[in-house]
Amino acid sequence: MGLHHYLILSALLFAVGAAGVIVKKNIIAIFLCIELMLNAANLSFVAFSRYLDQVHGQIFVFFVMVVAAAEAAVGLAITITLYRNRRTLNVDDADLMKW
Amino acid sequence: MLDYLWLIPLLPLAGSALNGLAGKRLGSSFVTWVGCGSAGLAFLAAAAAVLDLVRAAPQNREVLISYFTWIACGDFVAEAQFLLDPLSGVMILVVTGVGFVIHVYSIGYMHGDGGYYRFFSYMNLFLFAMLVLVMAGNFLMMFVGWEGVGLCSYLLIGYYIDRKSAGDAGKKAFVVNRIGDVGFILGVFLVFATFGSLDFAEVFRQIASAPVRFPAETGVGLLTAIALLLFVGAIGKSAQIPLYVWLPDAMEGPTPVSALIHAATMVTAGVYMVVRCAPIYSRSEAALGVVTVVGILTAWLAATIGLTQTDIKRVLAYSTVSQLGYMFVAAGVTAFSAGIFHLMTHAFFKALLFLGAGSVIHAMGGEQDLTRMGGLRRYAPITYRTMCIAALAISGIFPLAGFFSKDEILFSAWAGGHPVVWAVGLATAGLTAFYMFRLTFLAFHGPERFGDDVRHHLHESPPSMTIPLVILAILATVGGFVGLPPWMGLGPNRFAEFLAPALAHAHRPETHEISHSVEFVFALVSVLAALIGIFLARYMYVGNPAAAGLLAARARGPYTLLYRKYYVDEIYDRLLVNPIVVVSREMLWKGIDVGIVDGTVNGVGASMRVWGGLLKYVQNGLVRSYASWILTGAALLLYYVARMRG
Amino acid sequence: MESALDTALFYLFAVVAMAAAVNVLLQRRVFYSALSLIVCLTSVAGVYMLLQSPFIATVQVIVYAGAIMVLFLFVIMLLDPFSAEAARDKRRYLNYVAVLLGLAILIFLYPLLNAYELAHVPRLLDSAAGGVGSVRRLAAVLFDEYLLPFELTSVLILVAIVGAVVLARRQAKA
Repeated sequence: MGLHHYLILSALLFAVGAAGVIVKKNIIAIFLCIELMLNAANLSFVAFSRYLDQVHGQIFVFFVMVVAAAEAAVGLAITITLYRNRRTLNVDDADLMKW
Repeated sequence: MLDYLWLIPLLPLAGSALNGLAGKRLGSSFVTWVGCGSAGLAFLAAAAAVLDLVRAAPQNREVLISYFTWIACGDFVAEAQFLLDPLSGVMILVVTGVGFVIHVYSIGYMHGDGGYYRFFSYMNLFLFAMLVLVMAGNFLMMFVGWEGVGLCSYLLIGYYIDRKSAGDAGKKAFVVNRIGDVGFILGVFLVFATFGSLDFAEVFRQIASAPVRFPAETGVGLLTAIALLLFVGAIGKSAQIPLYVWLPDAMEGPTPVSALIHAATMVTAGVYMVVRCAPIYSRSEAALGVVTVVGILTAWLAATIGLTQTDIKRVLAYSTVSQLGYMFVAAGVTAFSAGIFHLMTHAFFKALLFLGAGSVIHAMGGEQDLTRMGGLRRYAPITYRTMCIAALAISGIFPLAGFFSKDEILFSAWAGGHPVVWAVGLATAGLTAFYMFRLTFLAFHGPERFGDDVRHHLHESPPSMTIPLVILAILATVGGFVGLPPWMGLGPNRFAEFLAPALAHAHRPETHEISHSVEFVFALVSVLAALIGIFLARYMYVGNPAAAGLLAARARGPYTLLYRKYYVDEIYDRLLVNPIVVVSREMLWKGIDVGIVDGTVNGVGASMRVWGGLLKYVQNGLVRSYASWILTGAALLLYYVARMRG
Repeated sequence: MESALDTALFYLFAVVAMAAAVNVLLQRRVFYSALSLIVCLTSVAGVYMLLQSPFIATVQVIVYAGAIMVLFLFVIMLLDPFSAEAARDKRRYLNYVAVLLGLAILIFLYPLLNAYELAHVPRLLDSAAGGVGSVRRLAAVLFDEYLLPFELTSVLILVAIVGAVVLARRQAKA
């Protein structure tokens, strides 16, 4: 089991999450994909932390989780507001901010 | 001694600032007190300063006070300094004294005008600029005042901002002065390049102490070049040929402004500058010749134009141009003190003439045309009497002020070996007497050529206007006594003696003594010329009113030529103004400005619009599209890093 | 020590995590996507255990898979529990773009992983209590070196709470 095993898994998860952000149209689903990407990054952090014997990577994971929690709270609040005002969760319907 | 010198110019400046900034809110009586008060206090300070100067020994009559270093740049140093010597002493007395009287007069004349505070603010600023000019201790300070009076004349000539002709006249004065100023500043550059300093004292000391390096030039040398360049500035400021055209138009301003410009400030600046630079001029025969010729030509031509004009202020304007010509003649024949003497007496009677004319216009309800006046002596007796004194003074009738100064100039011309100049000057004196009394007779004598509606409100002016008239009339009467000529047997010319220390560095050509009896004859001749002019005017405009019209009809060609002022304005329009306008409009505006400058700017704008129009499609409002772009960027960045590492 | 069990477990967790991740994308109903993500996150927590990081693994399960995902599910239930992907799709080609970009990232990342030669870094083994993954060591660093950032996170979360309340509050009808 080398480091690259974990990194490749991380990269795969990240790519899937990134593609998901674009593919998905439901705003909550997009949030889920973003969580997926954050998770992939966390995996890399932990793997590096273990293999380089650096505790900082794990600290970073901790902070990423805090930020993710905050982001989820605010993002979901925005989602609720959007739904309440426009009766939709489709991001393609919220495209007024343009030329 | 003279620690308070800075007060003299700073008082009017403070008054100007106060009136300009707060005058509108604080009301007209406040404006009056500040405006006239600052001018009056400046006069008192100037009088005290000159008294101190007189009390000092003649060799100590020069005070130079440096306040701070204004510009220090390498070798170039310009101090903010004021110079008080007999020459600037006379000038500050004239400027503040006559200026104060005109201020007082303005209280009545400008009463009720909407821009009362603005008017007094400009007037004070004008005094300040002129005082800086005459008290400057170096060429650069002088230039500050020089430009300052130019600015103030522009503001005051164009004072009636709702009148297009006033704005045009202001612009004309400004532009014409600008032409002269270019010459002046070039002259100042040349002074610095030659002497390495701009201080009067230093420059004149170098000239006087190095006769080898700066010999009295008979041909064209460095000093001549400096003198002529400076003289270009004097021509513009003092309204000489060919740049006199702005002065007659300057009467678009309120009459007190005309009085101020023509008498105390502005036009005398050129004469003062030439006299101040006497050490330079007196060493260049060519420059002196130019000054003399320009002066006498101007004197003669302006006087002839004055013969036919019907606008009361226009006649006076041409008479100013003519009298300034006399002053330059005086400078040209190295009779510098005579020039300043005439400047002073002229300030008295010309201010009086203009204020009197203003009083007439005021009484007539704005009418300026002499052909619609007549018989006014019954309605405005004080104005009439004072105007008569002024006319006699300017004509050079003994013993009024003009006689002494004009006679001294004419005699100096003869004594300096310029008989032709003397002859033309004498003829001009006759013309002057003629047109001044033509004006007087047309306005105050003869039948009344105006309607009942005008007669209805004809009135003598209020005391605030007549008292200044009386004061000036007294000055015009006795002002000449400060410089009694030696032939009267009352000792040497006091005025010339007083000025002498200021002119010590001037080069003195050899002069041969002419006996007092000859001088007396000359004085008699010039008085005679004036009397002829007066009686001719009386014959044509009082005794035989038809004669003037008959003469004009008989000599239609010359009359029209004079009436149209030798077509100088038209010629300038044709030769200078129109080509400049055409080139400016067709090439500079439509070609370069619209085509190249605007084209570039608009082109940049248009290309931005095109590119923006294309790029705006990126901004399509779709979150997923944005995410794609972000991811594309991330992918490209990864690719780049991979390439660099791999 | 490298054990066959470790390897087997890694591949098990990896396959499950990947499958769940892909399923997040494929599900048309967001509710199922969320459930699938929980599976994915839990699997990753298992990988953390393999990496001998029990604290992170625990937090992953409790906070991430637990609290955060429950929040998501609440919102989904609240709004539109079984809504299918909306029919309207203004940029259908973005699906292909997404796949392409995902592949591109993978391809560009791969040489990078090799370039660092990280595959050859030996795995440090420390099951002892003082190892990198141990809670004791983590806490020592977190509350010493990272004390200020740690405190700041509390402010961040406070701001997020306030923001969420303000945003989601039902506006009074004006």
